[in-house]
Amino acid sequence: MLTPEEWTAVYLSLKVAFWATFWSLPFAILTAWVLARLDFPGKGLFDGIVYLPLVLPKVVVGYLLLIALGARGFIGQYLDAWFGIKLIFTTAGATVAAAVISFPLTVNAIRLALEAVDRGLEVAARTLGASRLDVFFSVTLPLMLPGILSGALLSIASALGEFGATITFVSNVEGQTRTIPLAIYSATHMPDGDAMALRLTLVSIVLALAALLAANLVDRRIRILIGRV
Amino acid sequence: MIEVDIRLARPGGFALQAAFTAPNAGVTALFGRSGAGKTTIIQAVAGVVRPDAGRIAVEGETFFDAARGIDVPIEARRVGYVFQDARLFPHLSVEKNLRYGERRSRAAERPIGFDTVVELLGIAPLLARRPHTLSGGERQRVAIGRALLAQPRLLLMDEPLASLDEARKAEILPYLERLRDRMRLPILYVSHSVDEVLRLADTVVALREGKQVASGPVAEVMARPEMVPIVGRFDVGALLDCTVSRHDPAYALSSLAFPGGELRVPQVDLPVGAPVRARVRGRDVALALARPADVSVSNLLPAIIEEIRLQEGPYADVMLKVGEGRLTSTVTRESVERLGLRPGLDVWAMIKSVAVDSRNPDFGAPT
Repeated sequence: MLTPEEWTAVYLSLKVAFWATFWSLPFAILTAWVLARLDFPGKGLFDGIVYLPLVLPKVVVGYLLLIALGARGFIGQYLDAWFGIKLIFTTAGATVAAAVISFPLTVNAIRLALEAVDRGLEVAARTLGASRLDVFFSVTLPLMLPGILSGALLSIASALGEFGATITFVSNVEGQTRTIPLAIYSATHMPDGDAMALRLTLVSIVLALAALLAANLVDRRIRILIGRV
Repeated sequence: MIEVDIRLARPGGFALQAAFTAPNAGVTALFGRSGAGKTTIIQAVAGVVRPDAGRIAVEGETFFDAARGIDVPIEARRVGYVFQDARLFPHLSVEKNLRYGERRSRAAERPIGFDTVVELLGIAPLLARRPHTLSGGERQRVAIGRALLAQPRLLLMDEPLASLDEARKAEILPYLERLRDRMRLPILYVSHSVDEVLRLADTVVALREGKQVASGPVAEVMARPEMVPIVGRFDVGALLDCTVSRHDPAYALSSLAFPGGELRVPQVDLPVGAPVRARVRGRDVALALARPADVSVSNLLPAIIEEIRLQEGPYADVMLKVGEGRLTSTVTRESVERLGLRPGLDVWAMIKSVAVDSRNPDFGAPT
């Protein structure tokens, strides 16, 4: 059905999307909480920076990542020297690019869910003897689960579709950074690449549909579980 | 002893100044119209709202003291809070809601048992259900149970009946009475309902526009003429603490004895000897100079006028002493003049209607 090369691209895409979402989710929850619940000087600027990757051209984001995290980047050189982490031309780098691009979407979905949580319930929990942290884990977090789920789904979807930042930051290396969109792009540049591009397009559609259906199912389960039907 | 002495101002002009002490037992009602600052006071006691100045202490432990910079966090105060809107956790079953506070209390300090609370509030059939499947009344009972099981040293109730219809109120009131009579737990009860205060409270703190206008035993405070602006003209009245002295099944009447007198009321469903509180509104008491003959009124009591307070408008409140009890009669100023009413005068009080509240529904269970 698919050639080994195509399977590699599909497998790589799923891997990048999964790990990008996995690593960014805790930070997205924390950022959403800070934006929804705290007030501090410079919050407007912080808010702007969080949403910046959404409005900047993806190529610009990729280039900024290259400047910062590249082999001679001001952070990248230490990542390599101290931890031996190389991001250029690697799957890890593609994962970082996908995570950065999808971060604002994830934060936004979670923030909306957080703002919908009745703060009266949190006050009630505290009068029952729960500390702030306890309240967050026993009341707030369970009630924002649907938002976290839709945030995660958006993150996976946007990571699967990431192109501009990835190709700029970590280039188009087969087996390392060539995800489905990059593989389609390469295919369209090859003579006789049409069939490959079409097959990968079909795979993209199937993946997107499967993700949506799964999310719908889990969402309904969660809503029943937390009494929001 | 619950000591509250706080000041608080909010943008928009709302200012609250309240100072009162409440006994460490029984129900203390914070009573007043909406906007009087009742809820703000219990929010301050719970630690949800921070006053600008003043002090709050419960059983000698200071919760808040602006001068000394003390502000104990909400979760460390151990006050149970029953909200007007129940606030059950939607993602937890009724049982897990009930256990939420219990699990977070010290295991060694759990005088209030799960089974006791479930039985007291009649919520055993609800344990496995989810909050969104409960009726308003059921929700409020579960919320009360959840607050009790957190092993509080003080229970705060913010108009727990206000969001319920009359039928649901009637369903919950007996549970509140049982709670009051069976748990050794001081309760601060916010209400704007005269009926609820008279039925449940032992002590009342009356508030008006953020200021305390009266505080003291319910029977005494609710009879005061300065309560008129809060209670409303025709609800001012007196409370008499009585015991059921006998039943007269032939006429379906009961007699209630109080020191120095007796009232005849429609038969009450309580054994002889049971304590009850009789509520007599000022407008239901008429006065006569001589013992009236041939009247249908069955409660005719000799009384002495203690004081006459002329009110604005046509009315005057005549404070009466009947035996050891006190009554108020609301008459017109014109009547005061016509009959020559004055302090010290012997009169006959004709009581047209008496409302009777049980003080302890479990009293006199078969022994």
